[in-house]
Amino acid sequence: MTGGATKGVPGSGASVTLSNLEKTYDRASAAAKAVDGVSLDIRSGEFLTMLGPSGSGKTTTLMMIAGFETPTAGDIAIDGRSVVAMPPYRRNIGMVFQNYALFPHLTVEENVAFPLKQRGIPKAERAKLVAEALELVHLPGYGARYPRQLSGGQQQRVAVARAVVFKPRLLLMDEPLGALDKQLRENLQLEMRRLHADLGITFIYVTHDQEEALTMSDRIAVMNDGKVAQVGSPEDLYDRPDNRFVAGFIGESNFMPAIVRGLEDNMVVAECQGTVIRALCPNRPTSGEKVTLTTRPERLRFADGAWAGTEATHNRLSVTVTEAVFAGERCRYMLQAGDGTSIVLKEPSSATVRRRAVGERAEIAWSVADTILV
Amino acid sequence: MSEVVQPASLALAVTRPKTAPLNWRKAVPLLLAAPLLIYMLVFYALPVVAMLLRSVNDPTWTLSHYATLIDDVVFQKTFWITINTSVTVTLGCLILGYPVAMGLVRARSMAPFILVVILLPFWTSVLVRSYAWMVLLGRHGLVNEALLALGMIERPIRILNTPLATQIAMIHILLPYMILPIANALRQIDPSLIRAASGLGSTPFMTFRQVILPLSMSGVAAGTLLTFVLALGFYITPAMVGGPRDITLSMLIAQQVEQLNWAYAATLSAVLLATALAILAVARKLPGVGNAFRTSMR
Repeated sequence: MTGGATKGVPGSGASVTLSNLEKTYDRASAAAKAVDGVSLDIRSGEFLTMLGPSGSGKTTTLMMIAGFETPTAGDIAIDGRSVVAMPPYRRNIGMVFQNYALFPHLTVEENVAFPLKQRGIPKAERAKLVAEALELVHLPGYGARYPRQLSGGQQQRVAVARAVVFKPRLLLMDEPLGALDKQLRENLQLEMRRLHADLGITFIYVTHDQEEALTMSDRIAVMNDGKVAQVGSPEDLYDRPDNRFVAGFIGESNFMPAIVRGLEDNMVVAECQGTVIRALCPNRPTSGEKVTLTTRPERLRFADGAWAGTEATHNRLSVTVTEAVFAGERCRYMLQAGDGTSIVLKEPSSATVRRRAVGERAEIAWSVADTILV
Repeated sequence: MSEVVQPASLALAVTRPKTAPLNWRKAVPLLLAAPLLIYMLVFYALPVVAMLLRSVNDPTWTLSHYATLIDDVVFQKTFWITINTSVTVTLGCLILGYPVAMGLVRARSMAPFILVVILLPFWTSVLVRSYAWMVLLGRHGLVNEALLALGMIERPIRILNTPLATQIAMIHILLPYMILPIANALRQIDPSLIRAASGLGSTPFMTFRQVILPLSMSGVAAGTLLTFVLALGFYITPAMVGGPRDITLSMLIAQQVEQLNWAYAATLSAVLLATALAILAVARKLPGVGNAFRTSMR
């Protein structure tokens, strides 16, 4: 957007390869692995988010890439060169910390100039680069202030400016928006995306906020228990979760127990409470196997009344309404299937749609393409 | 809304009249401190004032005692030695103490042990420690014996009763006053700042110079001031291990009191006190130090 010299060139980002990365803090018990065999290929110029609950190993992985933690096993390669033995100050990686870690005794300008000073860049050029970086984060004119005189959002921008001013090819961010309020966070999410597009460098972003991950990332690596649960685009993860953890962690999901009865082209035919349910399935299960089917609440519809689906493309199920909540833009229904399985259905609210009452019996339907076996 | 609030505030007004009880409540802290305040007033403040008054009203109201100090060669020499010793000792404490403070903050499981080692001499009487230094630095003391055994000297050298002995012993005694404020300041530095510096390309040495050292300056200032002001008034150690001709202000005061020369002793005391207060007053005006005062008071 601004700052000519900071403008990105296609392919100017670093590629990062993590191979069987492990981190154990307590050497005595190998069970307590903070990171347990993480392998990831992060492409040049990609915006990759590591998403997971606290304790899933995402921050530890990031700290190992930055060089603040040493892997117990495995390798980290940046542009094909192993950096495991390299101290952080030689890795040339930009980093934005959760609490920003701005130097309180330095002004905004001095903070942003810090990495340039370490690299022996002459004063005149430093001033030019600092001005460009501050413009890039929309903070020109704030150079003479101290960090404590800035708001949280402004401090965050200074931290970003400081992390990119020396034009690293890789930028790491550890929950950089975690301490900000919702409105500001949403604005800054868009700015991060813009920054990524402007700079053209590789971003590795750590967050526990799935919405943030979905809106910002090219790809998301969902972490759980020190392992990568699934890597994929936001659409991949939402529409085709590989496993129950991913289905449950990203967005809301219904889980229905079922038994596999057969295979049909690229579909699985399963029996769920005496009803035949068809589901997409990447890996083929055997007949008779007990499985779990998952669907998204907003992809379910009440099937009585005006409904245009067919048996071949849609699944149907009889349910009883146990709870009905009007939440403005949508109505949220808790439904109960014959065997007691709870199912959530979200329906866009409309003056023309009849609202269901508690205790009412109903038929629901949803597309086979929205049914995933996990 | 107002209908709800009114009865409540009315009830408050009834149960808590605005006059006597409130004033009593304010007086409680003062009352709690009163015994100590009275004790300090009677046994400390009044004697000090009485002593200092002697510098201006002995035998009659006069400033002549101060006037004579201006040309007093003995005073000038003593004053110079006192300042010189204090500066040397403070610098020595800073150079030896800063690394120890860093070690104390970085050591995790060892920290309590290091703290005890620092504080152990602190809990021993100054008199005992000064005697110990007499034993160590004497003609046939440990230091001389060791140097002789190593062949570094041919005959015992004179260390005891020299300015060097005073400085060595005073540095030892005053070190904790330097280490603890610095360690306190270092402990308050957010560890993520050091990581950030490293991630931004700063070598450990550059991180020390550009981040750790400036952020610990409040502790350095507090430790330096404390050590310097304490060193100004040191008496026992220089008197015991120092040279007979290297007289400090406190020694001169003691000497004058022994000779019942109260007016002169009082004048010297006033000068010593004024010097210490002047240094504190100037130091508080320095930007970093004022902060250090406020944080160390908390």
